[in-house]
Amino acid sequence: MANPYYAKTDIGPPNFWNMLPQVIKDNYGNWLYHEKVKPGVLKHVGETGDELYTVRVGSPRLLSIETLRWFADIADKYCDGHLRFTSRHNVEFLLADGTKVDALVDELEAAGWPVGGTGRSLKNLIHTQGWIHCHSAATDASGTVKAVMDDLYDYFKKDDLPAKLKISMACCLNMCGAVHCSDIAFVGVHRKIPKVDDYGVANGCEIPNVVASCPTGAIRPNPKAKSVTINEEKCMYCGNCYSVCPSLSIMDPENDGIAIFVGGKVSNTRKGPEFSKLVIPFIPNEPPRWDSLVVAIRNLVEIWVKNAKQGERYGEWIERIGWEKFFEVANLPFTDKHIDDFTFSVPTFRSTTQFKFTDKK
Amino acid sequence: MTEKKRPLLDELKKGKWPSFVTEMEKSAATKPAVNTLLNLVERSFEEKRVHWKHGGIVGVRGYGGGVIGRYCDLPEEYPEVAEFHTIRVNQPSGWFYDSKAIRSLCDVWEKHGSGLTNMHGATGDAILLGTTTPHLQDCFNDLSDAGFDLGGSGSNLRTPSACCGPARCEYACFDTLDLCHHVTNKYQNELHRPMWPYKFKIKISGCPNDCTSSIARADLSIIGTWRDRIRVNQKAVAEYVDGGLPIKSAVLDYCPTKCISFDKEKKEINIDNENCTRCMHCISVMPKALRVGKEKGATLLLGGKATIVQSAFLGWVIKPFIKLDKEDGYQELHDLLEKIWEWWDENAKVRERIGELIYRKGMGEFLKATDLEPVPQMVHHPRANPYFFWYPEDFAAEKEAKEAKKEVAGSEVSE
Ligand code: HEM
Ligand code: HEM
Ligand code: HEM
Ligand code: HEM
Ligand code: HEM
Ligand code: SF4
Ligand code: SF4
Ligand code: SF4
Ligand code: SF4
Repeated sequence: MANPYYAKTDIGPPNFWNMLPQVIKDNYGNWLYHEKVKPGVLKHVGETGDELYTVRVGSPRLLSIETLRWFADIADKYCDGHLRFTSRHNVEFLLADGTKVDALVDELEAAGWPVGGTGRSLKNLIHTQGWIHCHSAATDASGTVKAVMDDLYDYFKKDDLPAKLKISMACCLNMCGAVHCSDIAFVGVHRKIPKVDDYGVANGCEIPNVVASCPTGAIRPNPKAKSVTINEEKCMYCGNCYSVCPSLSIMDPENDGIAIFVGGKVSNTRKGPEFSKLVIPFIPNEPPRWDSLVVAIRNLVEIWVKNAKQGERYGEWIERIGWEKFFEVANLPFTDKHIDDFTFSVPTFRSTTQFKFTDKK
Repeated sequence: MTEKKRPLLDELKKGKWPSFVTEMEKSAATKPAVNTLLNLVERSFEEKRVHWKHGGIVGVRGYGGGVIGRYCDLPEEYPEVAEFHTIRVNQPSGWFYDSKAIRSLCDVWEKHGSGLTNMHGATGDAILLGTTTPHLQDCFNDLSDAGFDLGGSGSNLRTPSACCGPARCEYACFDTLDLCHHVTNKYQNELHRPMWPYKFKIKISGCPNDCTSSIARADLSIIGTWRDRIRVNQKAVAEYVDGGLPIKSAVLDYCPTKCISFDKEKKEINIDNENCTRCMHCISVMPKALRVGKEKGATLLLGGKATIVQSAFLGWVIKPFIKLDKEDGYQELHDLLEKIWEWWDENAKVRERIGELIYRKGMGEFLKATDLEPVPQMVHHPRANPYFFWYPEDFAAEKEAKEAKKEVAGSEVSE
């Protein structure tokens, strides 16, 4: 059916200024300091003495419009209609009147929305689409995240960890989202090379694009079949070719699973940003509650809580004790998978005689 | 029709963390497609595999991006979600909303889609999850009437995003929200019409805490900083100490440059600002006593990207300090940005991010193309190998310098 009307293009996003509460407009750029009122509640004080309270609520990111409308009602009831979202999927309610904070927190909590995630707490788990909406997922996103957050719930609600703890997940190596610089990152991984459907490749894919898509040069044209072949020794299962050609399916339910990386961070505090490093190469997919994954992450969190000094992020703790000690403390096997053999691997090799022995039983 | 049972997903309604299954069931109450989606996801949980595929360009009139086509690979069995496209809606700077804006977004999505959203996607957009091709234009029309526009997808400028900055943060070194709004509006064409080698992301953080994770997630990362001195309120320092803050172990020992000293008698700290690297640690621990400096601006870092296709890069410094001047419309930033895009557009291969291009061509070439000065702030350390190149212009410059010296010497003699 032809459209009778075409909208105006390039109007850009709504102007943020119109969305700000009056207390923010009055103190814009003139905030003096902030303090934690209690976990999940911040108080910012302006040079004028004005106060702004923020109540932070964790969300699963996937939200129905029913819930969004309820959030809007809550914002009307307590915050003159003002709310915002954070880069880690939290919802924040902004209010100038501190006397309403407790009632707001109570109403949110009573409806099952956890208030927390500030200061030295577990932050909301940032994640991708998974089986709900993506074609290349090696594991589910919302399901794994729900299982892990249920288990670590108390760490979101309290703020007595050694430092803040950021966990992220991506459901395939494409890693939409800042997964590779997290304290703990879990990532969906494939372990078998793509299955070539010659007929589909011949009829649906541009072979030069497919060949060029492979970062390791594992794909060669197969002119006889008007298709391609994949060199098993070079392929590291990134699925990049599948993104370019659907007839190279990399999905493999029995062998797909999850890898865990730790010790990354993104802020410039103290030491600069760091990538997360591989600690567990594979955990099988166990829907609906991914028990092995949940146990593995709890172990990783608990050894840090037990051993880190106050103020030490995950990677800072490991840097102090050394990776060799970390594997000992975590009681995790160190394998050939842990030694980099991709681009830029050599600088990760230990070119000094200084290290700690960990095999004296 | 018998209701299908979903024992696996039902497991995920249990537990204290808010459940996405519960959210989907709320939508399913009025949207049959979401009920079908739940059945499809239950099947993925049984089979441990996805049932989505890609393909088929879909979109709205006038734009090359903003909509991502999504198709079920079992369309006969799940006809209601045979097509289930994603719409990216450009968020307001800093993700600030009022209830009216939220409701108008909900009303549009109730009319034209599944009622499911992501607030927000990793790039920053509000994500509307699941509609069909015939709805796309009408949905966009209604969004536009409600004051919303689409975000970026494909090989274009992706929707820029910013931290809450001066709206709620005393550390903000410039107006992150204004800059984000300004850049987004200035480059609407680049945002909506893919015509580049690949995507380009801009993220804006008001201080080195980098709350938008820009160093790791953006091709261009704009991070607030200052170049004078940390402002100290000694009375408040003394209050922290009297209140029990172990200032040596909590602040001094963590300072990466060990540039803070503490006078126990006076309960005063002294910061050697020349050697401070502005890591934010001391300020974050004592926000009432310490404030960022007054001569504020930003550091620009370029090249951040994830692992596909080369290795992951973190953005690196290309300009240690830039003044972000609202009054002149951020002209210096725009001039540089346009030079960067031009060089990238001319030189990059398909799907080559700016960071990968610089890696392939060398920083030297990049700096020349963009008229940026090489400075030691760009590297952790200088090169350790002797394999560097010399160019005709180096010799020309040497010759020129020699001649200039001769001339000076000559003129002295003649006097
Ligand atoms: C197994 C190795 C990894 C792979 C295959 C991988 C892959 C990816 C991919 C494909 C992206 C999309 C990025 C883009 O081009 O814009 C990405 C983004 C990202 N990755 Fe990784 N990555 C890996 C490891 C890491 C590590 C170790 C870190 C951090 C320490 C990291 C941090 C990030 C960040 C911060 C982003 C930005 C996401 C965004 O733009 O929203 N990645 N990664
Ligand atoms: C199996 C094959 C394909 C794979 C694996 C694939 C993969 C991808 C990926 C990864 C994105 C990036 C989404 C993003 O980062 O925003 C994307 C976007 C897109 N693809 Fe495909 N694609 C495939 C086939 C196709 C085909 C055949 C078409 C059209 C005829 C197409 C059209 C698009 C469009 C319009 C976008 C949105 C632009 C974007 O968001 O980047 N894709 N695709
Ligand atoms: C070959 C590489 C990639 C492919 C095939 C790919 C594919 C896709 C697809 C299909 C989606 C849509 C998911 C949905 O909503 O249905 C998506 C979303 C997204 N992708 Fe990618 N992607 C690729 C690389 C990247 C990279 C490198 C980044 C960023 C660093 C990235 C960031 C995103 C973001 C932010 C989304 C929005 C969804 C969300 O927030 O979870 N993608 N990608
Ligand atoms: C006391 C010091 C700090 C204050 C006052 C502060 C303030 C804030 C504020 C206001 C936000 C919301 C910003 C937004 O999403 O637009 C935020 C988010 C964030 N901050 Fe900080 N921050 C502080 C320290 C840090 C540090 C030290 C780090 C990193 C190590 C950090 C990392 C982040 C991240 C990743 C977010 C996004 C979190 C989310 O959206 O839930 N912040 N911070
Ligand atoms: C293009 C680069 C280089 C060239 C052409 C070069 C050449 C040489 C030559 C001709 C010798 C003397 C061999 C002999 O006594 O028989 C030598 C020795 C040596 N070079 Fe290099 N070299 C280079 C780079 C380096 C670098 C980068 C390093 C270390 C980082 C290095 C470390 C040494 C050492 C340790 C010796 C032994 C010195 C000694 O026996 O006292 N060289 N090199
Ligand atoms: S991480 Fe991979 S599977 Fe997950 S949403 Fe992104 S592209 Fe899709
Ligand atoms: S999965 Fe990755 S490495 Fe393997 S053939 Fe495809 S593109 Fe190459
Ligand atoms: S990046 Fe800095 S200025 Fe922006 S919200 Fe975070 S702490 Fe504040
Ligand atoms: S900002 Fe960082 S480097 Fe500077 S004085 Fe404070 S702790 Fe030291």
